[in-house]
Amino acid sequence: MAAMLEREEWKAFSDFLALAAAGLFTLIGLILALAGADPAMQFHGCVLLGAAGLSFLYILTKVVERREPKEQAGYADGVIRAGVIATVFWGVAGFLVGDLIAWQLAYPALNLDLPWTSFGRLRPLHTSAVIFAFGGNMLIASSFYVVQRTSRARLAGKWSPWFVFWGYQLFIVLAATGYILGVTQSKEYAEPEWYVDLWLTAVWVVYFLVFVATLAKRQEPHIYVANWFYLSFIVTVAMLHIVNNLAVPLSLLSSKSYVIYSGVQDAMTQWWYGHNAVGFFLTAGFLGMMYYFVPKRAERPIYSYRLSVVHFWSLIFLYIWAGPHHLHYTALPQWAQTLGMTFSIMLWMPSWGGMINGLMTLSGAWDKLRTDPVIRFLIVAVAFYGMSTFEGPLMSIRSVNSLSHYTDWTIGHVHSGALGWVAFISFGTIYCLVPWLWHRRALYSQRLVEWHFWIATLGILLYITSMWVSGILQGLMWRAYDSLGFLEYSFVETVEAMHPFYIIRAFGGLLFVLGSLIMVYNVWRTIRGDEPVDAAEQPPIAAAPELRPATA
Amino acid sequence: MDWSKHQVLEKSSILLLVAMLITVAIGGLVEIAPLFWLGSTIEKVSGMRPYSPLELAGRDIYIREGCYVCHSQMIRSLRDEVERYGHYSLAAESMYDHPFQWGSKRTGPDLARVGGKYSDEWHKAHMTDPRSIVPESVMPGYPHLGRRVLDYDNIAENMTALRVTGVPYSDEMIASAKSDLETQADPSAKELQAFLARYPKAQVRQFDGDPGYISELDALIAYMQMLGTLVDFATYDAAGPNLR
Repeated sequence: MAAMLEREEWKAFSDFLALAAAGLFTLIGLILALAGADPAMQFHGCVLLGAAGLSFLYILTKVVERREPKEQAGYADGVIRAGVIATVFWGVAGFLVGDLIAWQLAYPALNLDLPWTSFGRLRPLHTSAVIFAFGGNMLIASSFYVVQRTSRARLAGKWSPWFVFWGYQLFIVLAATGYILGVTQSKEYAEPEWYVDLWLTAVWVVYFLVFVATLAKRQEPHIYVANWFYLSFIVTVAMLHIVNNLAVPLSLLSSKSYVIYSGVQDAMTQWWYGHNAVGFFLTAGFLGMMYYFVPKRAERPIYSYRLSVVHFWSLIFLYIWAGPHHLHYTALPQWAQTLGMTFSIMLWMPSWGGMINGLMTLSGAWDKLRTDPVIRFLIVAVAFYGMSTFEGPLMSIRSVNSLSHYTDWTIGHVHSGALGWVAFISFGTIYCLVPWLWHRRALYSQRLVEWHFWIATLGILLYITSMWVSGILQGLMWRAYDSLGFLEYSFVETVEAMHPFYIIRAFGGLLFVLGSLIMVYNVWRTIRGDEPVDAAEQPPIAAAPELRPATA
Repeated sequence: MDWSKHQVLEKSSILLLVAMLITVAIGGLVEIAPLFWLGSTIEKVSGMRPYSPLELAGRDIYIREGCYVCHSQMIRSLRDEVERYGHYSLAAESMYDHPFQWGSKRTGPDLARVGGKYSDEWHKAHMTDPRSIVPESVMPGYPHLGRRVLDYDNIAENMTALRVTGVPYSDEMIASAKSDLETQADPSAKELQAFLARYPKAQVRQFDGDPGYISELDALIAYMQMLGTLVDFATYDAAGPNLR
């Protein structure tokens, strides 16, 4: 095909496609804005109209001017730089909302008794902001970086990578504003309504195509292990997202829909999705990051190739079965619960295989943990990964789950994974990428990375220890009997007992937010090109590749 | 073991992709698909019926406000839960729930059988200002629900969409959706008997005690007061059958 069309014709064709798509969505936005069946749909129509309309004008001016984008040769890094900035922005936003709702649980007056600020609407805002906005942008940006470097090929597509970036931001804005307005289908981590789901599907398909097309034109014979993880994350999330979100809208102009599944089947489908949002979005994708940035930063090869093969296939095979452990002792059939528990326990092994592969990559270079706080972020992330992938199988055991389920123990478990693993590996990656992408000699300040690391670590420890205590305490209080055989505590007594732990947790979260603000400052100064204050203390690898001193 | 064979997958993005798809598809196929055809997944129980229009409107508000974030609707088969909340939840009890509302966290208590546990006045005061009733509560207040007029002009559309997903709403139910909704909030309505024939055990009254208009609070309380009340556990036999 490629040989049949001249390069110029291809370019004109892609410009035409981009314009046509932008035009089409401008039109759809206009229709929804004018004819939407409810105010939320009209508002989202306006957002789409604005976003697609601006895109149309932007593409049109570029086409008319016939001006080529600056970067034509080499790697396409502009979209990655945008992705890193978006990651930092959404990260801070998501952490802030998280800490706000943590304080709401300690001091309910903070709900303000307004519909838009109540816990029930802000909690999905927090989870989506940190998982999909912060985590998702990090995954897209880092995957674009890694796939180009390990394939020695420029990112495929001219407009497509930018469509993935901006399309994904639009998805975030539509989802987030929807939650605040009460537009939700109430499936955890899949709250966006049908039309936002459709939009995400479109963005995701283009993301998949860009990634696979880049792999297809690689100059390296082998596909590097990080890309296996990224690819499995992209395709599996597509499968999960589409199956779990099948719904019947009231009409094509309505923001309301009903999921096609009900009751037991819906619960099973939802937690098949929900646990693999953890397994593939928050684990497989971020393992891709580990497999590139840990060896790169440590300047050591991956510990074991064989372990990575075993790790990869066993992880993706086993994870998908784990969902039913969210449904122990419920109306889900016992056989499904038992399968979920069994596979969850087996999952411990590949998880720790991956952890060992990441940690042992530092063999012979353990001193870097002391001297390079960026390595420390990456490696402590892997250690947290090991901890929460031990805790997870433990909690999936039916008898443990009978105590832990419905309590804060689950919340603490999630956050040891989310703050310790996902966020820490992301922070390490961001601190690697910013000097590399903006062609800087070093980070503005390594000292500030140290501060970020210790403040955030302290925050996480306060968070997860307080949630262990409150979760186990509440679980025990619920099942406590007095000497006469009556339940010892009323429900509200167990709520009251949570209060001090909610304050400790919210304070831990506050520390985590403060740490991320330090990162914002450091990243901003680095991007601005300010003279690093402690360049001499930073390892040579901190510099952009072209600025590294030639090593002897 | 010959590890070099893995190179076949490493050198072809298509083969790698296909191998991945097969690997990640198996678990879901084995765990989810049988639930749709194994009859024992949902054992039939008498008493279950689709939500009445007012209950459905209340349920939509429950979803809109994210109540599921803090309240489960799934009583597990554990001694303390059964003593605290009532009979463990049956699969059939959520067979018309699109989507399910089992929840995953109990910051507040389980609501699967909250129906009839408290008076309407209790709910009204509690929704408006939870700490006026339960001083230790951490629940947000929802004072606006009582002030907001329920928008039910298109309630038949909601029921039609649910019928597409498999909820057995009849043509008659959909045709009379709007008047049925009004009937349930007005004990003096003429169509009362026809309404109750369509929705057995439905509770009919002014739920928020304010006769002026049907508020969102009316719908929400109507929903909460019916939760867990459809199956009669005085005659329910876990060994089955429970078809009458």
